[in-house]
Amino acid sequence: MAEIDLNEVDKKSKKGMLSKLDFKTLGPFIAMIVLFIFGYLINDAFINSGNLSNILTRSSFIGIIAVGATFVITAGGIDLSVGSMAAFISGIMILVMNELKTVMEPGLTIIFAGVAISVVLGIAAGFINGFLTTKGKIEAFIVTLGSMGIYRSLVTYSADGGTISLDREVRAIYRPVYYEDLFGIPIPVLVFVAVAIIGYILLNKTVFGRHCFAIGSNENVAKYSAVNVDITRIKTYILQGICVSIATIIYVPRLGSASAQTGTLWELEAIAAVIIGGTMLKGGYGRIWGTVMGALILTMIGNILNLTDLISNYLNGAVQGVIIVVAVYLQRGDWKKKK
Amino acid sequence: MSEGQTTTEVILAAEGVSKSFGSVAVLFSVGFELRKGEVHALIGENGAGKSTLMKILSGLHQPTSGTVKFDGEKIDLPPFGQAEDLGIVLIHQELNLAEQLTVEENVFLGREMVNGLLLNRKEMEQKVQLYLDELGADISPRDRICDLSIAEKQMVEIVKAMSRDARVLIMDEPTAVLTDTETQLLFNQIEKLKNKGVAIIFSSHKLSEIKQIADRVTVMRDGQWIATKHTEELTLDAMAQLMVGRELSKLYPPKNEVDVDAEVVLEVKNLYTDYVKNISFQLRKGQILGFSGLVGSGRTAVFEAICGLAEIESGEVWLHGKKTRLHSVAQARDAGVAYLTKDRKEKGLLLNQKMQPNLTLLALPNFVKNFLMDDKAEQRATARGIRRFDIRARDPNITAGDMSGGNQQKLLLAKIMEINPEIVIIDEPTRGIDVGTKQQIYSFIAALAADGMSVVVISSEMPEIIGICHEVVVMYSGRIQGILQGAEINESEIVRYASGLREAS
Repeated sequence: MAEIDLNEVDKKSKKGMLSKLDFKTLGPFIAMIVLFIFGYLINDAFINSGNLSNILTRSSFIGIIAVGATFVITAGGIDLSVGSMAAFISGIMILVMNELKTVMEPGLTIIFAGVAISVVLGIAAGFINGFLTTKGKIEAFIVTLGSMGIYRSLVTYSADGGTISLDREVRAIYRPVYYEDLFGIPIPVLVFVAVAIIGYILLNKTVFGRHCFAIGSNENVAKYSAVNVDITRIKTYILQGICVSIATIIYVPRLGSASAQTGTLWELEAIAAVIIGGTMLKGGYGRIWGTVMGALILTMIGNILNLTDLISNYLNGAVQGVIIVVAVYLQRGDWKKKK
Repeated sequence: MSEGQTTTEVILAAEGVSKSFGSVAVLFSVGFELRKGEVHALIGENGAGKSTLMKILSGLHQPTSGTVKFDGEKIDLPPFGQAEDLGIVLIHQELNLAEQLTVEENVFLGREMVNGLLLNRKEMEQKVQLYLDELGADISPRDRICDLSIAEKQMVEIVKAMSRDARVLIMDEPTAVLTDTETQLLFNQIEKLKNKGVAIIFSSHKLSEIKQIADRVTVMRDGQWIATKHTEELTLDAMAQLMVGRELSKLYPPKNEVDVDAEVVLEVKNLYTDYVKNISFQLRKGQILGFSGLVGSGRTAVFEAICGLAEIESGEVWLHGKKTRLHSVAQARDAGVAYLTKDRKEKGLLLNQKMQPNLTLLALPNFVKNFLMDDKAEQRATARGIRRFDIRARDPNITAGDMSGGNQQKLLLAKIMEINPEIVIIDEPTRGIDVGTKQQIYSFIAALAADGMSVVVISSEMPEIIGICHEVVVMYSGRIQGILQGAEINESEIVRYASGLREAS
């Protein structure tokens, strides 16, 4: 009897050791390597530099937005409006640039004006979401569900149900932002890396980041510990808005247009990237590098399915869905604690 | 007491029960006997193994070795609360009710009475009403749980137990969150159950309650059985000594006299808020000022208002002779005023975070270097706090939620001290904490005051108010009923003011 018990104890403590190197920190990284090897085995073309750079570039939109979402979610909020916010900002940005083109020569000034508009709109949209959830005391899910609908229909309205296209000459000047390299690395990827690094520092090395963790863990404790809960929350939504606007700035030159379809389901992909990366959906714990991995994993799945006939490309969403559920299952706190 | 009704028939027993979690042993061959119709108190410091034993006796934990006997027969109690079907019901410290459901729905949750496919609401309500009447509880079966007070919720738990024909009722610290009046009500109910032959196991840190309600007492210490005695054989002191295993004569540190001319660091004049009326008092440098009164008498509300956690309607707050109004905890912190909440788990600590982020949260601006968090400084502060307040954690990476109540309270103290406050308000400094840690906390408080800090102690435990405070403010129903000094600080005097029987002239 006693021996059996000892064995049990032993097993339990070993389990404890395993969970220390645990899936929470290394999981997303391991998953990415597995996917990477899998991709290579399926098709050599997967690791040629063109394809890899393509994966990185494509993941930067979702990735940048997801960095912002990491803050919102860590602080115990949620933002469902990012996809339609991106579409809305793209639309307005293009309209403004087109309008400016009628009064001035196409040049960098117009591009900068467009970028400025984008950032201002991102900040404003984020502030509205944040203000309504905190001072308005409406649940974040509801507020952002509402703003999601509003932005989406505003785009459709501005585009008259069709597409808003960027002026050809302006686009020619703006184009390099998406298509050019710097030191051999695509610009969107550089932006993504920069956003991720800044995000990492903000979340892990500053008072603001610590406050996000505190609020997400327990709002009351934060309040009693001199944390300005409302302001910090609003800041996370503004940060999310800025991230959306940065993603938009590098997205617009890609297609040079915005329509009702722009950015559909980005909110879900961004949230998925965050969750796959190990951030807790209920708040209190967030990881920027995890989020970056999450965004890469999501893009890689799509890419690998493109390169193989094994599974239909139409099942992309299904595979992503399975990955998300598995990721969350592995990260659940209690499967190791057995209570 | 109703000794006559107590038989010697043993209904539930543990023999040589041991329990370990992983490699940590928490119970060592413990023996325990519960007789039919007795109230059996289980006492011991935090971590003595009371809760574990209770959980083993109700099947929520399986013993690592040893046997449990029910009605004299060896039994493996089924896990997950299924032992309730055998009539063994455990009422957790954190009550286990669905907040949004009604009393009736909760009582019959999982075994609803039905008419065919439909719920038989009427009959269920009648039954619940019957039990409620029997207990003398003034709530309706249709009340929602979230609208009830904690005491009323506990009654619902008891009704639930009755409706299951509980033969053994195990209550883990049921009185920790109750006022004295509510406690008496609970005891009346326990008395009634006892007379019906229900055997009750009951744990509490309040020894005087145990003296009042229990027939027998079992003392545990460090996971071991120490003694089981008839209550009348034990004095309160004897109980405490058995629990701690050492002399307790020095539970309270000696009181330093405060200089009557010491600077008045905090003065409140005619303060009004939603909950309190016309509050005026003075706090001197190096003084320990007690705030006594019943739960809900407005003690916490006074200081939440002063610290910027609640609105002030009118009145003045003077800090160091300067009229001030603190509008937020951050302002209070910067003014050197710290409020230590009584609600460790909901307002005090981030339970899912480790010690370090908890310790530095309030004083976070002190840990910034070049706009970034200074991890080294945080680590130093954590090490310092652990040393200074003797925080005993097996693993430095433990999350706050996994720490014992006593260590959580010490961590909270350490957290507050990081801002080097001049005025500290400690709300219920020793709630749910074992005697040994209590003693430590009292000496910390005395040491802080001796160092020139001014301390306000809000407490519902009269002995500690009497034991450590230089001056005592007694509140009743949102007002200050009296301010006591010197020899006036005694139990009967405080009670008279706290119950509104006597008013300051």
